Amino acid sequence: MTTRNEFPSGLVLDAHKQPVAAEPILDVAPPARLRFALDQGSGVVLEPAVAVGDVVAIGSVIARPSDDFGAVLHASASGRVIAIESHDATNDDGGPCIVVENDGRDTPDPALPRGPIDYTALDPATLVDRLREAGIAGLGGAGFPTATKLATARARSARRLLLNGAECEPWICCDDALMRAEADDVVLGGRVLMRALEAESCVIAIEDDKPAAIDALRAAAQSAADTITVEIVPAVYPQGAERQLVTAVFGVEVPARGLPADVGVTCQNVATAAAVARWARSGVPLVTRVVTVTGSGVSRPLNVRARFGTPLATLVEAAGGYRGEPLRLIAGGNMTGRALATDEVGLTKSINTLFVATHQDLAARLAAVEVACIRCGNCADVCPAGLLPQEIHRTALARDADGAVRFGVWDCIDCGCCDYVCPSQIPLALRFREAREWLRERDRAAARAAVARTRHERRERRLQEAVAAEQRAFDVARQQARGESAPTDPGTAT
Amino acid sequence: MRFDTSPAPHVIAGYSVPRVMFQVLLALVPVAVVQVVVLGPGLLLQVAVASVTALVCEALALRWRQRPSLPTLRDGSVLVTAVLLASSVTPLLPWWLTVLGTAFAVLLGKHAFGGLGQNPFNPAMVGYAILLVSFPAEMTRWPVPFGVDDSHGWGELARLTLTSFYGGAVDPAWDGYTGATALDSIRNGLEQRYTMAELLARGEVVGTLGARGFEWINFAALAGGLYLMARGIVRWQIPAAVLAGLLLPALVAHALDPGAYLGPLTHAFAGATMLGAFFIATDPVSAATSDRGRLWYGAGIGLLVWVIRTWGGYPDGFAFAVLLMNVAVPLLDRYTVPRIYGRARD
Repeated sequence: MTTRNEFPSGLVLDAHKQPVAAEPILDVAPPARLRFALDQGSGVVLEPAVAVGDVVAIGSVIARPSDDFGAVLHASASGRVIAIESHDATNDDGGPCIVVENDGRDTPDPALPRGPIDYTALDPATLVDRLREAGIAGLGGAGFPTATKLATARARSARRLLLNGAECEPWICCDDALMRAEADDVVLGGRVLMRALEAESCVIAIEDDKPAAIDALRAAAQSAADTITVEIVPAVYPQGAERQLVTAVFGVEVPARGLPADVGVTCQNVATAAAVARWARSGVPLVTRVVTVTGSGVSRPLNVRARFGTPLATLVEAAGGYRGEPLRLIAGGNMTGRALATDEVGLTKSINTLFVATHQDLAARLAAVEVACIRCGNCADVCPAGLLPQEIHRTALARDADGAVRFGVWDCIDCGCCDYVCPSQIPLALRFREAREWLRERDRAAARAAVARTRHERRERRLQEAVAAEQRAFDVARQQARGESAPTDPGTAT
Repeated sequence: MRFDTSPAPHVIAGYSVPRVMFQVLLALVPVAVVQVVVLGPGLLLQVAVASVTALVCEALALRWRQRPSLPTLRDGSVLVTAVLLASSVTPLLPWWLTVLGTAFAVLLGKHAFGGLGQNPFNPAMVGYAILLVSFPAEMTRWPVPFGVDDSHGWGELARLTLTSFYGGAVDPAWDGYTGATALDSIRNGLEQRYTMAELLARGEVVGTLGARGFEWINFAALAGGLYLMARGIVRWQIPAAVLAGLLLPALVAHALDPGAYLGPLTHAFAGATMLGAFFIATDPVSAATSDRGRLWYGAGIGLLVWVIRTWGGYPDGFAFAVLLMNVAVPLLDRYTVPRIYGRARD
């Protein structure tokens, strides 16, 4: 059964992925030196839990978050911490990181449980805690800690699990390859997550352009067909965006500023599910992931499994090295990926694809000349959030904050569909990001101003009170002085 | 290695404003061909004069506004304005009026408001309206379409066009070759207490489908418009709403009193109906921007066209209908914002 494409519109894009997804996933040999970024891509900077000189093993905790929005980070090789580097902003090097020298022995951390984890024996809340300690995070690109998402869903009694295997963005095919090669793990991960959520059902959603993955998962899910089902969704970008997928599969909209949990759904990537299964089978925390290395700028595009911290240059070498003139090294796909400044940074949990783009891949974008908006409405036709991007652009340009908010600048999911079709070649997604940043800064400034005003008012009041108190003291003193001296005062005597 | 860190998305379809404008010009070719056949070669002269004037005015305006001129001149938008204006006026218009109208369209209609994308009014219709109210005689003198009677051939049409174009006095002997358009003469006839049946029976005004000669121009515009729709440049909402707004009242009125009101078919294929519905009302800059807003916008134009054609004092109502609805656009845009995903309808 193919679910109808329920969100407003989206784009049908050239996928660029079929041949690569069919090839086996190549294991990349661990490098001599690994670099673990303290920001694994979720925007939260972790606190190092090790010091320079410490000996670490596979699965040793090397960094922890200070709140629930980061995931615990573990060493993916055994060896010694040789440096904890701070951020070099001038070099745009990807932020602070822990550098580990690999001793090549792959010693597991002795504190880790040996062998499979009997997740059915754990009570769900404990299971969530264990997933948190295992460092499981969203491998679809967000890097958000899975345990936090599960805890939120549990608090809101969201009993439906949705495994996102849509993988809608062009060039990316790591999930496709994983679903074909490790379908059993995806299903096992689904079971573990269902246990953690006390979920009633699990739907695995896959776009209709991945028949091999659909077949593999249908076969793997056969034994649990009563609770785990595979749903086919149309291959439309951005089908894999969380909200849009929830709508496509369940026919309900996630409320604005709400979460899928508000409509009883928890969404996890299929790669995250497979990572949960790996942990459940071995007890080893999350230390590797599958990455698509692709683009016209690499010799032999392929999917690799690599340890976190592996320098991106090593991944490119695994794909046969650079080819031609690579212009951009993009972490993610060509619609939403982040262009990195250097390939020296280490692999993080949120990098699902390394897209090495040459002029060939970027031609139209590089040749773009921005002209004024002609309000043609192409952007509104494709916006999957049902927005009028032309109106957000107009209001943001005029610095009309209320207008931009009313037209939905916060409802924008940053998919870039509007950019793609704009004949005026306006970088709309970027403008909306800037507008949101401007609005945030405006709110911060307003908050600062409010604090300053309160502080000023309190100070004024204190000063007034001090003056008043002084006056009172003076009055009392004068009264007393007068009272005491009155009889002898020559003035009153006259 | 070091890489460029430009923001996402890293790929775009490569649509461009010049390409959109070029498609619009391409879709106008059939209109031009048919008009030249039916009304003589005047259109070609009008297009040439309007285009040159428009480019010169745009270059001057950009200079005054201290804006880079090449990218804007190349985007083709000013040529679309020029060609639409040239296609709307009578092919007999003296050249200096074409220059004047185009200059008003570009300078007042477009650049006074900030150039491409900023103009609240359809620039071509600004130029047209100014000409119509200032030079009603010249603007309403149309050639009698080729083939309506046997008195003149295409050669006479061409000679008449050239004489009139250069502003020369038209030979009184040619009086029979010029006149009001079908819509105009029907209205005048009704005012003179002729019955609709008498007017239609004259034969020279209403042809096979619509107004004699103009019906074919309208067919060509319809074909061009459907092409633009197929290319995704024009969405169906505005043309459909314009036609519905014009033809539904015409149908009802005609059914109630066929002696006083023209039928919908005549309206559909007379005057500027198809050109207006597909090419003029659809200017995205000055139109409502949401799908629902475009329906209201188009319906308003269609209704106003019918009202002006039926009771107004002008030969056709498109220019004023479009300009009036341009004024209503901010209001329409305010109340037709589509529901945003995940939000309740407010």
